[in-house]
Amino acid sequence: MSADRISRRAFAGGIAALALASRASAQGYAGLGEKADGFAKVTPGKLFAFPADHGPHPEFRIEWWYLTANLVDGSGAACGLQWTLFRQAAQPGPQGEGWANQQVWMAHAAVTRVDTHRFNEIFSRGGIGQASVAATPFAAWIDDWEVKGLERTDDRTLAPLTLKASSTDFSYALTLEADRPVVLQGDGGYSRKSERGQASYYYSQPFYRARGTLTIDDKSVDVSGQAWMDREWSSQPLDADQTGWDWLSLHLSSGDKLMLYRLRQKDGKDDPFGNWISAAGETQMIAGGDIQMIPKATTEVAGRKLPVEWQIVIPSRSFSIACKPLNPRAWMGTGFSYWEGPISFAGTHDGVGYLELTGY
Amino acid sequence: MLSIRNLSKTFSSAGEPVHVLRGVDLDLRNGERVALTGESGSGKSTLLHLIAGLDAADGGTIRLEDTELTKLSDAGRAGLRRDRIGLVFQQYNLIPSLSVADNLAFQARIAGRHDAAWSRELIERLGLGSLLKRYPEQLSGGQQQRVAIGRALATKPLLLLADEPTGNLDEATAENVLALTRDLVARTGCGFLMVTHSLHLAATLDRHVTLHAGRIA
Amino acid sequence: MRRALWVLAVLLSHWRRHKMQFATLLVGLIAATALWSGVQAINQQARNAYDRAAATFGGARTAMLVAPASATFPQELFVKLRRAGWPVSPALEGRVQINGRSVRLLGIEPVTLPIEIGNAPRLGAVDLSSFVAPPGQTLAARETLSDLQVQEGAAPPTSDGATLPPLRVLPQLAPDVLVVDIGVAQRLLNKPDQVSRLLVGKPKGKPAPLASVVGDQLQLIEPTAETELERLTDSFHLNLTAFGLLSFFVGLFIVNSAVGLAFEQRMPMLRTLRACGASARLVNTVLVVELVALALIAGVIGLVCGYFIAAVLLPDVAASLRGLYGAQIPGQLSLRPEWWLAGVGISIAGALVAAATSLIKAVRMPVLATAQPRAWQQRQRRWLMLQSLAACAVFAVALLLLRYGESLIAGFGLLAALMLGAALILPALLEIILLAGQRAARRPLALWFWADSRQQLSGLSLALMALLLALAVNVGVSTMVETFSRTFIGWLNGRLAADVYISASDNAQGVAIRNWLKERSEVQAILSGGRADAQVQGQPVELLGLPDHTLYRERWPLLDAAPRAWNRLVPGNAAFISEQLSRRLNVRIGDVIEVPAPGGTWELDIVGVYADYGNPKGQLAVNVAALMRQFPQTPQTRTGLIVASENISGLISALQKQFALGDRSVADQATVKAESIRIFNRTFAVTSALNAFTLGVAGIALFTSLLTLANSRLPQLAPLWAIGIARPRLAAIELTKTLSMAMFTSLLAVPLGLLVAWCLIAIVNVKAFGWRLPFHVFPLQLVELVAVALFASVLAALLPVARLARMQPANLVKVFANER
Repeated sequence: MSADRISRRAFAGGIAALALASRASAQGYAGLGEKADGFAKVTPGKLFAFPADHGPHPEFRIEWWYLTANLVDGSGAACGLQWTLFRQAAQPGPQGEGWANQQVWMAHAAVTRVDTHRFNEIFSRGGIGQASVAATPFAAWIDDWEVKGLERTDDRTLAPLTLKASSTDFSYALTLEADRPVVLQGDGGYSRKSERGQASYYYSQPFYRARGTLTIDDKSVDVSGQAWMDREWSSQPLDADQTGWDWLSLHLSSGDKLMLYRLRQKDGKDDPFGNWISAAGETQMIAGGDIQMIPKATTEVAGRKLPVEWQIVIPSRSFSIACKPLNPRAWMGTGFSYWEGPISFAGTHDGVGYLELTGY
Repeated sequence: MLSIRNLSKTFSSAGEPVHVLRGVDLDLRNGERVALTGESGSGKSTLLHLIAGLDAADGGTIRLEDTELTKLSDAGRAGLRRDRIGLVFQQYNLIPSLSVADNLAFQARIAGRHDAAWSRELIERLGLGSLLKRYPEQLSGGQQQRVAIGRALATKPLLLLADEPTGNLDEATAENVLALTRDLVARTGCGFLMVTHSLHLAATLDRHVTLHAGRIA
Repeated sequence: MRRALWVLAVLLSHWRRHKMQFATLLVGLIAATALWSGVQAINQQARNAYDRAAATFGGARTAMLVAPASATFPQELFVKLRRAGWPVSPALEGRVQINGRSVRLLGIEPVTLPIEIGNAPRLGAVDLSSFVAPPGQTLAARETLSDLQVQEGAAPPTSDGATLPPLRVLPQLAPDVLVVDIGVAQRLLNKPDQVSRLLVGKPKGKPAPLASVVGDQLQLIEPTAETELERLTDSFHLNLTAFGLLSFFVGLFIVNSAVGLAFEQRMPMLRTLRACGASARLVNTVLVVELVALALIAGVIGLVCGYFIAAVLLPDVAASLRGLYGAQIPGQLSLRPEWWLAGVGISIAGALVAAATSLIKAVRMPVLATAQPRAWQQRQRRWLMLQSLAACAVFAVALLLLRYGESLIAGFGLLAALMLGAALILPALLEIILLAGQRAARRPLALWFWADSRQQLSGLSLALMALLLALAVNVGVSTMVETFSRTFIGWLNGRLAADVYISASDNAQGVAIRNWLKERSEVQAILSGGRADAQVQGQPVELLGLPDHTLYRERWPLLDAAPRAWNRLVPGNAAFISEQLSRRLNVRIGDVIEVPAPGGTWELDIVGVYADYGNPKGQLAVNVAALMRQFPQTPQTRTGLIVASENISGLISALQKQFALGDRSVADQATVKAESIRIFNRTFAVTSALNAFTLGVAGIALFTSLLTLANSRLPQLAPLWAIGIARPRLAAIELTKTLSMAMFTSLLAVPLGLLVAWCLIAIVNVKAFGWRLPFHVFPLQLVELVAVALFASVLAALLPVARLARMQPANLVKVFANER
């Protein structure tokens, strides 16, 4: 860590190291592969219990509440937004009181339009209430960025919710509704990340309908569309030789949802995973060998070459699409940096979604 | 070698113009030794200064070999003086803080044409060998003037100009210094123009011209 | 290039033959650079210290939120504000005792600490996790560790038995502060969930209005561009700078005369060089190169001297600043490369300025010397006229500044204008005196004496001007320091009314001590005071509780008071105000001042003004009982006792034994007084030292001027010798002449010096420190100074005069021989 002064920026590097992983490019996201000694382990067969599992799991090393939304404004122009809260435990063991608490929180918020991409981040220590998550009534917050349940919020659907974030040059406030329960990813919520047992607990709510206001440079527009929340926690989600991932969440115009990702390895091989979620909310894993994720075009942002256009083929489902980003420059230049932005796709199926590229 | 045509120079004194030179014509051949005499205020020194490029003429031309002096800038004249002319003054004008050796060498060094053999020969002919480490104030007038002559000839100039070089010296010393100068001029083959009051000394040179009322008589 | 080097060698050969002149030139440049850069080094050191302090405070340059009425407030307000979008970061401050020494402890929260803080403490490569995660780290400057006698890596215990996290050195940190994580600070200071203030960064969005989040529990303090310390100490540094500047100019006087003389002497050399074919441009360029090279060498030597001057003065400066303003300056000098560059730069610039006239002459010089009439009289008259006109213009500026100037800068401007004007008009005044002497003279030799002095005037005037300035500054500063010293001691005698002073470590001990004292028969009276802090009109103000006792009524000095002032103090609705505060707030007797107190606003009628020398904070004196009612939290730890003198030492040792009090906690009046006077003397030690330096430089200026002048005097003296005046007689006349000129100058310096003293006391001091002293003149001191000046002149004149007296007739004869 090359911080040269006590300031938030310097500590941001430190927080990133604490909260996720050092971004040393050679190592990729290898920090996520650190040993999980002392932290709780992710094992198959967990029975999820709501609302408790909507809340934090401090005995695991890391955890996130990850919301993305594909929206359109009154003129039909597409836009996207992101709201993410990360939790990282600096040390295992019993939770410290007050400032002695070992949890560190980090949040990212972003809005993306064809011609602009704005983002910001916040850091906070746990234990004093500046940032936290409560299961009932559901609330996740850091400073004045928050996702909050209402009185009528249903634990099974995790809806309705209100969502807000603001920064110097953008802000948004949305309400999220859903009428189908959350969906367990992987094998009943157990998401295997490597052959050697690295895994996470993973569930999603991909059926949110979103409505609200998005403001960029003091200009507000009403927006509506679809949103997707991912909930994931683990103590060692990646293997040491995995360098990063390419992840997609797709809203098909048929109403079906598709979650796909591939973990890249140091040796250049990759390991795809997928879940097909029917419009009714039934989920089905897709065999890794049945998924072809082919990078098509790269764009250079922040000195990195990023594959922002993809060809996705799943022969068993006669699925073949081409994905294009809404804005190829959707780089999250935060202390912990990555590419994250809305995409649209066409081919045998069409729709919108979000693409995330890490470890480049 | 030196060719002066219609040279004129005017000074102003108390608001009145004084025409010091009114069309001087003068020629000097290679190796020729010429004495310039005239009464006080006749413009002898002014003429010498103009030839040396210490001052600019108002009209006419001075040509030294292929160079027309009157067309040169101040810096150009300084360069010409440095490289092709040797100057000797009545007041010797040595640099008091330099030793005899340094005084002898410095014009040649500034000109970038220091010739060790020639320098040794000069020192020997001028009889300065035992005085090299002394400072000007420790020398007699005749010795100082010999140093000044040595300095002027160290660059092997085309033309040696001397303004009353023996004016401060007694007769015997003056004879001696002039004899040395004549020898050295002959040795280098340069032209020699000397301003003097002494008709006797003037007679020892090849030619004798007199300046009167701003013209060569 | 070779050609230029040869020309340079010829030019330099001059110095080999004129070593004294060369030394003079170097001394001038060195003197100019040394004192100037010494003062700059001190100022830079102080400024760095303020910056570090300000940065560690997270204070003056950062907006912050504080609780108006209490030292700390609940941390929950921090969370509330963060949740409302306020980019705040908490800090908790207190003091801990380590190895018997009290040190400031600052708890910070690194994760939220705003990066926008321009001068956020550059704490080095701090590893967040080791700072935050147990056991954490204690960051401190190296000098803090040595002050506390602890090693890096140690985890020393505090006096309360708690243990500090392991120490880690962070060189850029301000001294006297330990920085820890806020959680650690809360534990060590035993203030769980409490914070002292919130630092405010740049907002991310549009935070809710402050009042809607925390009501009136917190108050926003806007950042100021300057730190409090910088504002307070500006005047002090300006003072130093003024001295540095003065000696810089005096040094340039020396350079000017040395270069001027060298140029005159080298004129034939320059002509010969040109006649031998070195172009004018080459010769002039080499002249400038030579000067710059000399300035470079002298500048470096001057810087080294400046470094030592600064190192010698720094402890006194640090003591002054601590005494006057409570500012902590490390006593060890650390310099930045900029300082070296600036020093060499100023040396070169100064040399070029001082040599400008000579250089311009050289550029304009024709190759052929033309005989000019030596009309020195007309030239001198024109020169005197011009200088006098300039002097009048400068005096007019001084008048304007006196009439309309408001700031401290204007005060110094007035001083500078006065001195510059006086220096400019000095030659004209001397000319008038000499002319009068010439008119009155009857005997031919006397006539020559006066006339020749007049001719010498232009050569000597620069040195005499330097002497005038240095003397005037000396008279002014000595008068001010002496005035201050007398006033201060008189004031101290009144202020230190009690015979024994006790300072308890806490309230409980204070109560115990007072109870114990009540039983002691030798104690005639117990005078309990108290001190509380408040903010009045945004200024930190000390509230001093005075006991109601006849001793105070009789002796406590008031500068001005309303009728029955002491009686009106008793009910608790009236106060005396310190002179500084009354000037700062523009409050006079009869005005009302509102002090925010825990129980609400406390309205106080101002019934008196008192001097409070040396206190950086404004102060209000109130009845101590009333103070306790309004500020119940005020610790009553300070107690004064009236005790018969024969019982004092016995009582003190009994007290020390009974309560384990150290020497600093119990002291008799004499000790306290001695300590105060010691601090006071240190405060002015720097001023006196600089004063002496300046006089020394002026002495050198006089000496070198006389020396250079003496060499050019031979043509004037030789004819006198030739007509039959013996050399010793000539020497005596020369000495008399020099001394009389110095005498006239010194006598003129006295009124000017008194004027300077008046400016310092009535304008500069009031603006800088907030107090005005009565103006006293100390005749004996003035006589002393004039005597010193004359003695310096004799010393300066002696060498050239002795040379003249011993001069070989041959040298005098030479004058005739060389004359054209």
